Amino acid sequence: MATETHGEEGGLAFHPMDQFIVKPLFGDGPVGIVTITNVTFWMALAVLCVVALLVLGTRGRALVPTRTQSIAELAYGFVYRMVEDVVGKDGLRYFPYIMTLFMFIVFSNFLGLLPLSFTTTSHIAVTAVMAIVVFLTVTVIGFVKNGAGFFGLFWIQAAPLVLRPILAVIEVISYFVRPVSHSIRLAGNMMAGHAVIKVFATFAAIAAISPLSVLAITAIYALETLVSFIQAYVFAILTCVYLRDALHPHH
Amino acid sequence: MATEAADAANGAAESSVGMPQLDFSTFPNQVFWLVVTLVVIYLVLSRVALPRIAEVLAARQGAITSDIATAEELKQKAANAEEAYERALAEARAEAGRIAAEAKAEMQAEVDAAIERADVEIAAKAAKSEVRINEIRKSAAEAVRDVARSAAGDVVAALGVKVDGAAIDAAVAAQMKG
Repeated sequence: MATETHGEEGGLAFHPMDQFIVKPLFGDGPVGIVTITNVTFWMALAVLCVVALLVLGTRGRALVPTRTQSIAELAYGFVYRMVEDVVGKDGLRYFPYIMTLFMFIVFSNFLGLLPLSFTTTSHIAVTAVMAIVVFLTVTVIGFVKNGAGFFGLFWIQAAPLVLRPILAVIEVISYFVRPVSHSIRLAGNMMAGHAVIKVFATFAAIAAISPLSVLAITAIYALETLVSFIQAYVFAILTCVYLRDALHPHH
Repeated sequence: MATEAADAANGAAESSVGMPQLDFSTFPNQVFWLVVTLVVIYLVLSRVALPRIAEVLAARQGAITSDIATAEELKQKAANAEEAYERALAEARAEAGRIAAEAKAEMQAEVDAAIERADVEIAAKAAKSEVRINEIRKSAAEAVRDVARSAAGDVVAALGVKVDGAAIDAAVAAQMKG
């Protein structure tokens, strides 16, 4: 976003992707593995928000909740019910894990909507790590809980015997595509929305179409607010679905 | 993306790749901080936040359940009280009815006695009056006879016939009988 100014001489300068650049927070050095970058900063903010909502918000332990506490309880109940409904009672062991993913994504998405902010969840590196961790966890749980029976996930009993090998191939492919779609869905949604807002913001420099551009930004911002929540929800519920497959591989 | 040309023109070092998302040199950094973030959030949630919220929700559920039980109990009490009240009311009503009937019967008896007494008195008075009327009637008949006798004696004397008293008496008696 800081690069907005250095293209003025050549008329309109589109830099919709510059907002996603990872750079050190202090100084201009290279981005090493433990360098404090804008990623660090915005992830730390997400942690602080989670702590503020779920820990500070509930420190009163009030029987009649305060506003913050009731939002925290709402978030808790929302994810808890999701895990219970989708995975089942035996999935509640993994509830803190799913809650962690959901709260992190929700706060990262919403923090990313702040002007001049950096959206950590728009980075494929971030979402891919989460998706791969989910994929590995689910696969490990599947084999630990069901042993070789986990392969039953790919061997569909309901289908005619002739079709089963073909379906098995398709199932195996779709199983391994899961982390890809899981991660790209979130990163793609976040990136596209922010990039589009940025493009419209650039158009706002032209006086003639700036009112239209501002309107469009407002509309897309509203849409992005919705998308921010929905994508977090989708990520969490897909994790639940994969977890259910791991716990109960026979449909 | 339309940025490629602009980026090339700018020659901006950091945006030499079209998508910063595909700048692999920043991946270790992002992954490292992501792992730190997720571990921190996980620890905070599983150690502090989630047990606390679960505890609060359970406490609230308990409070609601016990409140409902108390309300049920109070409702039962109210129903009992209402029943007792209804019963007392019915008893009172029956008692009132009984007292009213008793009073009515008493009054009826008094009235009957008074009427009887009055009847007796009236009968006594009527009998006395009857006697007096008979007396009056008898004395009237005596008087008529006396008047008839003296009038007959006078009329006969005026006609110049000499008749003794006994004959007149007999004649008057005969006439009055007729």
